[in-house]
Amino acid sequence: MKYLPFIFRNLFRKKTRTILTIGSIAVALFLYGLLVTIETALNAGVDVAGVDRLIVRNKISLIMPLPLSYQERLRQIDHVTEATFATWFGGIYQEPKNFFPQFAIDTDTYRTLFPEFQIPDAEWQAFLADQQGAVVGRLTADRFGWKVGDRIPLQGTIWTGTWEFNIRAIFEGSRQGDDESQFWFHWKFLEESRPWGKGTVGWYTVKVDDPDHSVSVSAAIDERFSNSANETSTETEQAFAAGFAKQIGNIKMLIMSIGAVVLFTLLLVTGNTMAMAVRERVPELGVLKTLGYGDKTVLFLVLAESLLIAFVGGVLGVGLAKLFTMGGDPTGGMLPIFFLSSGEMLLGIAIALLVGIAAGVIPALTAMNLRIVDALRRV
Amino acid sequence: MVSIDGVEHSDSLIRVRNLNKIYRRGGETIEVLQGLNLDVEKGEFVAFMGPSGSGKTTLLNLLGGLDTPTSGTVTVDGDEITNMSGRHLASWRARHVGFIFQMYNLIPVLTAFQNVELPLLLTKLSKAKRRQHVETALSLVGLADRVSHYPRQLSGGQEQRVAIARAIVTDPTFLLCDEPTGDLDRKSAEEILDLLTELESEHGKTILMVTHDPLAAERADMTLHLDKGALVEAAEQAAAS
Repeated sequence: MKYLPFIFRNLFRKKTRTILTIGSIAVALFLYGLLVTIETALNAGVDVAGVDRLIVRNKISLIMPLPLSYQERLRQIDHVTEATFATWFGGIYQEPKNFFPQFAIDTDTYRTLFPEFQIPDAEWQAFLADQQGAVVGRLTADRFGWKVGDRIPLQGTIWTGTWEFNIRAIFEGSRQGDDESQFWFHWKFLEESRPWGKGTVGWYTVKVDDPDHSVSVSAAIDERFSNSANETSTETEQAFAAGFAKQIGNIKMLIMSIGAVVLFTLLLVTGNTMAMAVRERVPELGVLKTLGYGDKTVLFLVLAESLLIAFVGGVLGVGLAKLFTMGGDPTGGMLPIFFLSSGEMLLGIAIALLVGIAAGVIPALTAMNLRIVDALRRV
Repeated sequence: MVSIDGVEHSDSLIRVRNLNKIYRRGGETIEVLQGLNLDVEKGEFVAFMGPSGSGKTTLLNLLGGLDTPTSGTVTVDGDEITNMSGRHLASWRARHVGFIFQMYNLIPVLTAFQNVELPLLLTKLSKAKRRQHVETALSLVGLADRVSHYPRQLSGGQEQRVAIARAIVTDPTFLLCDEPTGDLDRKSAEEILDLLTELESEHGKTILMVTHDPLAAERADMTLHLDKGALVEAAEQAAAS
């Protein structure tokens, strides 16, 4: 600690250079924070998806429906404890940028299969009692300032026309990462009001008695409906969510590639700063050694400067990213789970410190190995 | 009593025996110091003179443990420094040697106080004790009112005073001065020499000083000349020339 004032003084002898270096680290770490947040958002479903829930969809495509009659047949398959269904509605609230997912759900079973969504019982009962009732996630409710009792018009895109719903309940996820952007309403209301597609559902969610049975049950379901007019494709909810995320591309790979380029650039910028700092101070380092500063102390002083630059830049960048993400989803609903976790923030700062060490190690070794007489000759 | 005959003196603080320093540059061999002997007692003020390239600074570097000899020994207060490892040598320098350079060599981003405090950061002294030592050293060199000044805010003479304060703040065994007045005007040079003389006479400091300036050398108890890698006393030098 007693060397800290000395380290600070050295850092700010070239204020502009130090500030620019800290700035470049901050920008890189800000970018890291955003990339990680986006990656988390895209994979949020994967992280919280249940392994004991299976998604049964039409084998041809997710957008092709399945018959309503499959629900009972699914329930009859061994190890299946319950089957529920939902249909994608795809309505627009006021304008297309106000996107949020809307599902017409089987009100008898849906809540049983998704216990992670917390809904007050009284509100749920009010929802059940109102054919035009709707349940909305906290995120979407807060986004549009909706509250229980509000009447919400949605413009149908699949089934055209204006559809009006009464908000009867607001749900909240019990885990970080639960999707609170969803909007549920009665499938029966859709069924009675839509002019076509009657007797069908979008997909089924099936609960198995034991996750160990997921694979065999998936195979049994697909076998059960093979050679029918509507063959199925069944997979765990987690695999389904991962596959969904992969449709956008190999996000992790993309983020790692961008991150690697950013880190390499950072390494060059910080390394250059430290190399210049040491080169300019060779005589002073010689003086320090003359005064009795050992090689390791000199190594420490130079490395500490590099680490301090990296730390300040890292904290600044990650902090700014956190502030940015606290504003919520900037895409208008495409990334409902938009947050930067404490763990990712700490990882970002750790990465910055690693860059600091990597960038400072060669200049520090150069300083450590300086011969005093050579260094003093440069005065 | 300073002697260069290599005869053992039991009360020598600094004892140099058969000191050789050879530089090799490319295929060329330069013998800078050749079998040099020197004994300096505690509290003596010795000046080294000689033409450029005669090895004065090399001798000072070897006495201060900044460089290692090709052969021979340097013993200070019973410690043979020529056998010490780099780590031990660094801590020995911190405890035993105060360096004063021609160009002052202060750290420009540190105040006078912080520059003088630098050697004390290597000790286990508390912050309060360090402050006390620094203030005493700066008072001794007449700069108690300049503690917060940066080197750029001081005159050359004042900078050298800060450098002297830095050199004496740990109360080292001896001071090594490499042309301490070489970059100063006459008046400032006289003030610095007064200070060094005071450090010797009133505080019993042992001082070894390299200089080109005969007036500076006059302040020393004895002036030795370096000639062709060997030391000769001033009288012999005068007779020879």
